[in-house]
Amino acid sequence: MLSRLVLRAAPAALRALPPPVAVGVLHTTRPLHTTQQSLAPVPPLPEKGGEVRHGLIPEEFFQFLYPKTGVTGPYMLGTGLLLYLLSKEIYVVNHETAAAACILGVIIYGIKKFGADVAAFADKLNEEKLASARAMKSESIETLQKAIEEEKKEQWRAEGRSYLFDAKRNNIAMLLEANYRERLLMVYNEVKKRLDYQVAMQNLKRQKEQDHMIQWVEKSVIQSITPQQQKESIAKCILDLKALSKSAHAAV
Amino acid sequence: GPLWERPLLEVRLGELHSWISTCSFSPQGLLGAVQRAWNSYCARYIHVKQGGPAGISMLLAGYCLLSYGWNYQHFKRHRWQKYH
Repeated sequence: MLSRLVLRAAPAALRALPPPVAVGVLHTTRPLHTTQQSLAPVPPLPEKGGEVRHGLIPEEFFQFLYPKTGVTGPYMLGTGLLLYLLSKEIYVVNHETAAAACILGVIIYGIKKFGADVAAFADKLNEEKLASARAMKSESIETLQKAIEEEKKEQWRAEGRSYLFDAKRNNIAMLLEANYRERLLMVYNEVKKRLDYQVAMQNLKRQKEQDHMIQWVEKSVIQSITPQQQKESIAKCILDLKALSKSAHAAV
Repeated sequence: GPLWERPLLEVRLGELHSWISTCSFSPQGLLGAVQRAWNSYCARYIHVKQGGPAGISMLLAGYCLLSYGWNYQHFKRHRWQKYH
């Protein structure tokens, strides 16, 4: 009830402000819970209603009469009033009286017998509604808290970015080093190949010169041996052999 | 608080006259008074977590009394005795 009153009063209050302030109040700088009367949270309903005796007469009446007449005052008043109305026939007893008595009897019997059950059922319905609303609220609070934790974890993770960059820098340094050494090796191999070539060339040249010289010397020697010299050398060899054979025969 | 701001139940019998003189009898004032009375009745007996039969039974009893009062002239004709 109070919430509905406040909701009806709010637009009037907003219209009372000058337009730009009202617009500002609506859109960007809406004050939350700054004034006395705020839209939320709505105050909860009271637990029990006003006390009523016999289901009809509020307790305040009995308290009002208590100082002057004590506990039985209102009852005496009621009885006296009833008797006065009946005796002067201000209240006329007719068929409707009988009908009213029967209806009242049935109603009171029904309330006394089923009142507690109906009340419990209504309370259960209320509890279910409240429980679902509370569950929604707690669920959204939980999701928000989880989001907060995730956010904090992400922030903690973001702190480690220096390590990430160090690792990346190390990686790059290693790549560069590996590349440098690879090229160094390549240069070394190429230079060695060239030097080996030069060495091989020199060896080949010397060998060719040697072979050529040997050949030339042999050829010139063979050419210098004339046929006559050959005969003489063969005769000398035969004489030497004969002398040798003689000395060999003598030794044996 | 001051006299015109107090609800009717807190006004003492001696001050009732001056209290009636302070309330406005224009249509708006009367309508406002009726609305306030109805709202206070609802807030006290109906919009509670554990209401009982009291909230509606008082309204029904008031309705019964009102209708008896409106039809009193008709009931007067069905009296049992002529002289009381």
